[in-house]
Amino acid sequence: MNNEKKMSFRKIIACAVAAAGIVAVASPALAAGGAKHPRDGGFSFNGPFGTFDQGQLQRGYKVYREVCSSCHGMDHVHFRNLGDKHGPFWNPAYPNPNDNPVVKALAKEIQVADIDSETGESLMRDATTADKFPNPYPNATAAAAGNGGAAPPDLSVMAKARHDGANYIYSLLSGYVAPPKGLKIAPGQNYNPYMSGDLTPFWEGKGPAPKGGFIAMPPQLTNGQVTYDDGTEATVDQMAKDVAAFIMWTSEPKMVERKQAGFGVLIFLLMFAGITYASYRKIWKGVAH
Amino acid sequence: MSNHESTYVPKTAVERWLDTRLPIVRFGMDYANLPTPRNLNYWWTFGGILAICLMTQIITGIVLAMHYTPHIDMAFASVERIMRDVPGGWLIRYVHANGASMFFIAVYLHMLRGLYYGSYKAPREMIWIVGCVIFFLMIATAFLGYVLPWGQMSFWGAEVITNLIGAIPVVGEPILVWLRGGPAIDNATLNRFFSLHYLLPFVILGCVVLHLWALHAAGQNNPVGILIPKDREKKDTLPFHPYFTVKDGFAIILFFIMFAVFVFYNPNALGHADNYIPANPLVTPAHIVPEWYMLPFYAILRAVPDKFGGVVAMFAAIGVLFVLPWLDTSKVRSMRYRPTMKTFFIIFLFVCFGLGWCGAQLPDAPVVPGMPSFNLIDGQLNSYLWLTRFLTIYYFVFFIVLMPLVGLKEKPLLIPATISEPVLPTTEAEKV
Repeated sequence: MNNEKKMSFRKIIACAVAAAGIVAVASPALAAGGAKHPRDGGFSFNGPFGTFDQGQLQRGYKVYREVCSSCHGMDHVHFRNLGDKHGPFWNPAYPNPNDNPVVKALAKEIQVADIDSETGESLMRDATTADKFPNPYPNATAAAAGNGGAAPPDLSVMAKARHDGANYIYSLLSGYVAPPKGLKIAPGQNYNPYMSGDLTPFWEGKGPAPKGGFIAMPPQLTNGQVTYDDGTEATVDQMAKDVAAFIMWTSEPKMVERKQAGFGVLIFLLMFAGITYASYRKIWKGVAH
Repeated sequence: MSNHESTYVPKTAVERWLDTRLPIVRFGMDYANLPTPRNLNYWWTFGGILAICLMTQIITGIVLAMHYTPHIDMAFASVERIMRDVPGGWLIRYVHANGASMFFIAVYLHMLRGLYYGSYKAPREMIWIVGCVIFFLMIATAFLGYVLPWGQMSFWGAEVITNLIGAIPVVGEPILVWLRGGPAIDNATLNRFFSLHYLLPFVILGCVVLHLWALHAAGQNNPVGILIPKDREKKDTLPFHPYFTVKDGFAIILFFIMFAVFVFYNPNALGHADNYIPANPLVTPAHIVPEWYMLPFYAILRAVPDKFGGVVAMFAAIGVLFVLPWLDTSKVRSMRYRPTMKTFFIIFLFVCFGLGWCGAQLPDAPVVPGMPSFNLIDGQLNSYLWLTRFLTIYYFVFFIVLMPLVGLKEKPLLIPATISEPVLPTTEAEKV
């Protein structure tokens, strides 16, 4: 009977594993079809103990600021967030990120729209740490009109809005290749093997249509485009990786906090489980069931 | 077990005073001392796990509602604010979002337990039926809640599901407009969904009270599936506390470990990436799929070529559970002693997983890529469309044909006379 009890216990575990397994195999099945599988960016934040690489986040911010931000907004990110714990410019000397001089200086570099508090007239002023990253376009219509009808998406949570987000962003940005011969490309469109889509209607070449899709954004990164403050060589691959890491941070700024809390919670639960199991054995000792 | 005598004796003057006016302590003590079949296995722990799930959802939900803004222009941003600026907000939201999935894992296992051990049979029909009501309310609540973050899947899921109502002949269209609060999914829809999402968990809570009341009246089933005779109650049962509180407690902690792995290490694994894209009524996502726990029913919906027929089939898939106590003709409760039915039950399990798998696929996609196939009526035989149809047929055949038929035809194994018999060694069983 002890055996039987163990069996049913094992069955529960097996079921939990099976349920998790079903979910795990079902998730990729939900991802869009025809795109090439993203390359692995080898990020520092992978795995249960992975954390953000602060240097990489700083480089990524520079790429975002100098390249991406001319078209893409980040509506959910404030300048103060740059100085948050585990953020790109976190400094333990400034627990309140609004006091962080680096963050203040970075905000000051940017102009934001405001109104004159006395006259109500529109004006531009230096950003403060309390400001959000300004959107490059006054509204969605203007964003679409300036980009051939497709508004550049907000990047705040982009790493969570795509399957395998950070690797996807890295692969997409560094993955532009010459379109295969036989692919009809409409003006204003670009071929990217990591973009989702179905190219069959546009394919006149031999064999099945190539993997990938059309993207309105042309390649943005060129070698040496950004001058990194830490002397890292600014290759396309490096910049793509860095900005992908930065977007991962803006998407999930509490990731490190989450994993660290999880470690404590699991240790606690495992000990609690052990103690409870011991009491269970004690209470049921000599009781047939 | 059923109708057991109250053993509570008020000890202090205060307790005696209270006991004649509001016997709440007696009520609690009676539950704590509830004679519980001693042979309950770990499949019986999901009731307790579900109670914890419901409380977790209600508590995290109330806190989320303090920070959430039910407006189409602000809902997405308010959820992001919870994730970024509300202290511990990320934890509360991830617990709530993953908690819904955990709730469904537990409820499905709880229901399968009931199905396998015949917990729906006399005298426990009302426990089962109230349970079915709870399950239906859970689906409604989960659907309403998924709309609130106002991402792409929120919006398009709401679009697809409310459109089903529109498929009802004649009255469908007016009801659809009434439900949405307008001709399209808009701010009025989000507002009422928020209101109802806050309301339904408390309706569920009320039903849980009825569920437990019915359980108290009819008594718990057990793996052997026989009723415990009055004279054997002492021998065959144990008080709920401490024996089953500690057993349930251990199971709850194990469940929490799985829960925590999702919340802290893979909080978005069970969701769809598209829901981190703000809702856009002008851009339809490539695949509109519901959350995993709705996939089997979504598959059944799509299996029927007619839209209204699909809606009927989907609701029938849940509705058939309500009449299950009268579909099953077998006198034997536990499938342990029903080898034929047990085989059909195992097939049924695979069918349910299969339906869930099909629900996530494109209907036209081939099941086995490259396998030669031919067109059958309205689709390739080697397609998820046809696989879904075969599985849907088995789902209904299992309840409507096999349940009545097998019960009449099968020859069950010998059932033990008491629940102690398979538990205790023979000599000991005779002694007690």
